[in-house]
Amino acid sequence: MSSGNRILQYSLAINEALHQIMAADKSVFLIGQGVKSPWYVGNTTGGLLKKYGASRIIDTPVSENAVTGTAVGAAIAGMRSVVVHPRIDFMVYAFDPVINEAANYHYMFGGRVCVPVVIWGIVNRGGEQAAQHSQSLHALFAHIPGLKVVMPSTPYDAKGLMIAAIKDNNPVLFIDDRWLYGIKGNVPRDMYTVPIGRAVIRKKGRDVTLISVSYMAEVSRQAALMLVKQGISVELIDLRTVKPLDKEMVLRSLKKTGRLIIADGGWKTCGMAAEISASISEEGFRYLKVPIKRITLPDIPAPASSVLEKAYYPSIGDIVSAAKKMMQKSA
Amino acid sequence: MKYSRTLLKNFYKTMLRIRLCEERFVHPIINGEIKCPVHLYSGQEAVAAGVCAALRATDYVFGNHRSHGHFLAKGGSLKKLVAEVYCRETGCSRGRGGSMHLIDVNKGMLGSTPIVAGTISLALGASLASKIRKDRRVTVSFFGDGAAGEGVMYESLNFAALNKLPIIFVCENNLYSTHMSLRECRTKNNIYRIGGYFGVRSYRSDGNDVLKVYERVNRAVKLCRSGNGPVFIEFMTYRMRGHVGPNDNIHGLHTDIRPKKEIAEWRKKDPIRKFSKYLAEEGVLSEKDLESIKEKVNKEIAGAFLFAKRSPFPKKEELGRYVFRE
Repeated sequence: MSSGNRILQYSLAINEALHQIMAADKSVFLIGQGVKSPWYVGNTTGGLLKKYGASRIIDTPVSENAVTGTAVGAAIAGMRSVVVHPRIDFMVYAFDPVINEAANYHYMFGGRVCVPVVIWGIVNRGGEQAAQHSQSLHALFAHIPGLKVVMPSTPYDAKGLMIAAIKDNNPVLFIDDRWLYGIKGNVPRDMYTVPIGRAVIRKKGRDVTLISVSYMAEVSRQAALMLVKQGISVELIDLRTVKPLDKEMVLRSLKKTGRLIIADGGWKTCGMAAEISASISEEGFRYLKVPIKRITLPDIPAPASSVLEKAYYPSIGDIVSAAKKMMQKSA
Repeated sequence: MKYSRTLLKNFYKTMLRIRLCEERFVHPIINGEIKCPVHLYSGQEAVAAGVCAALRATDYVFGNHRSHGHFLAKGGSLKKLVAEVYCRETGCSRGRGGSMHLIDVNKGMLGSTPIVAGTISLALGASLASKIRKDRRVTVSFFGDGAAGEGVMYESLNFAALNKLPIIFVCENNLYSTHMSLRECRTKNNIYRIGGYFGVRSYRSDGNDVLKVYERVNRAVKLCRSGNGPVFIEFMTYRMRGHVGPNDNIHGLHTDIRPKKEIAEWRKKDPIRKFSKYLAEEGVLSEKDLESIKEKVNKEIAGAFLFAKRSPFPKKEELGRYVFRE
C-alpha cells in the first residue's frame, strides 16, 4: 500500500475505513438496518458482507432500541461494535442504550469496564423529507457526559475519524451528513486516524473566525471564498469533533481576529453554537471586538415544501452577509 | 440421590448468604446509615442460586435494580457488595454506583442497572459477542415482571430468536412492579407465553424451589451451548421485603400495599425454609450442619459490614474520574 495522493469520495472513504479496521481487528463488527442493502446506506457498506460474512455484518429489522443495546452489550463483553442508523431520527428510539447505558457505564461502575461502541447516525436533510427525516441531533448527544461526538466534513476526516472512533475505548457518536457523501478529496490508502477532539484550520485569515462542522463546514468553505473576493479575510475552522470541543484552537484564532461566527446545522436553543458562544464568553470575552453571531437552524421543525426549506437551511449568503455586517459594525 | 452433597450444600449456602446479607441491610437503611436506594432480594434467593449454579464462571449475567442476589450467586465478593451499598471506594463500583450498579467482570457479572428492561438488550449483545467469537458462553438476562411492559423486551426476544443467540431470558415474576400488582399491569398472568410468539422456547417454573430452578436452567444452558437458544423462563416468586427502602414494608414501617394474607401465604413458601427442610429430610445435612453453615455465613457477613464501614469514601478530588477510559 502507498500513502500517495488518491482522490476518493466521502462515502467510499468510510467504506475503506470499515474494510481496513475489520481486516485489522477481529473484534470489530457492524450491525444495523440495511448494512447488506446496496442502496440503503449509501455505498458505505459495499463489499463488507462478502468479505466478512453475516456473523460480523449483521442486518437487522427495525428495532433500534434492542439493536443499539446489542451493540453496547457486545462492547461491554469485549467487542468493538459499530451500529449504524441510516436515519438519525430513528435513533431516538435508542436513547436508553446510548444515554442511560453506554454513556454512564464506565463511570457508574467505577471504571471496571469500558464500552468501545461507535453509534453511527446519518443525517438526511432537504428533499422535502420533512420533520422526521431531516433532523440534526448532535447537540442532544453532546450534552451527555461520557459520550464523544464526531462529525467529519471531508473524505480524509471521514476515514480517519471512523477508524479513531472504532479504536476509542469509549462510546463515540459518528454523525455524518448525506449531503457530504458525494464530496471528493484526498484520502491516503493506508489506515490512519484523525485525533478525536482536535479541530483544524481550513484556511488562515485575520478578520473573522468562522467555525462550523459537518456539512456547514462545506457551506462555510464556500462562503469564505466569496468573502475573500470582497476583501474580508476569514479564518476557517472545522471543528471535526463536537465533543470534546477544541476550545484552544477557537480561542487562539479569536485572539487574532476578535470576531466570531458559528455556523451550525442544528437548532439554535441549547445547540452546539450556543455552547461554543457560552464557552467563549467565559474564556475569551476579552478578545471579542463585536458580539458573537450564531447562524443555525431556526427553532422550527424541518418543513417539507422546498419553498420553506430554502428559508429554513442556513445558506452561503447568510454567512457572507453576517460577516459583512460584522465588519461594518467594528469598522 | 440425584445431586452431590457438595452441590446441595452450595445451594443452601448461596441462598443463606444472600438472605442474611439482605436482612443485615435492613437496620442501617432504617437508621439512615445507608442512603442509596436498596431493593432487597429476600424471598427470591432460589432463582439467583439455581440459575447461577447452572452457569460456568465464564458465562455472563446482567442484572437489574434488585441484583444483590445475582451478584453474590455469580461469585461476586460479599465485601465489595456491602462496601458498594455503603458507597465506599472499596466497593465493586468504587462507590460510583451504589446498590443498583453491581459488577464483577472477572466473574462474568457484567452489570446491573435500574432502568427497567434496560439490560435485556445489553445481555443480547453479550450473547451476540459469544456467537461471533464462538466462545460457547451463555448469557443470562435477569429482569422482573415489570419489564414485560417495556417494548425493548419484545424487540430483544425477536432479535434473539432470529439470530439463535445463546441467551436465557430469566423473568423473576414477584407479582409486583413497584407498587402495582401484576393484575393492574396485564390482563392475563401469562408472561412466559410472550416468548412463544417470537419462536423462543418458553417455560414457567416455581421460582421458590432451587432444585426446580436449577434443573430448568440446566436444560436451557445445554440448548444455548449447542446453538439452540434462546430460551425464556418465567420463575414465579415473591419478595419478602418492600419494593425499596425503609418506607416500604421493612419491619416496623408497614406501608406495603400487598394483602397481608398474600404475604403470609408466600412466607410459607420461603425458598430457604423449604430447601433446609428437604436437606434434613433427605439426610443431606443435619440440624447441626445447617447451624454451622449459618454461623460461618454470619461471621463472613459481619466481617464484610465491618470492612465496608471502615472503608474510605471516594475522594472528592476524584469526582471527574472514570467519565472516559483514557
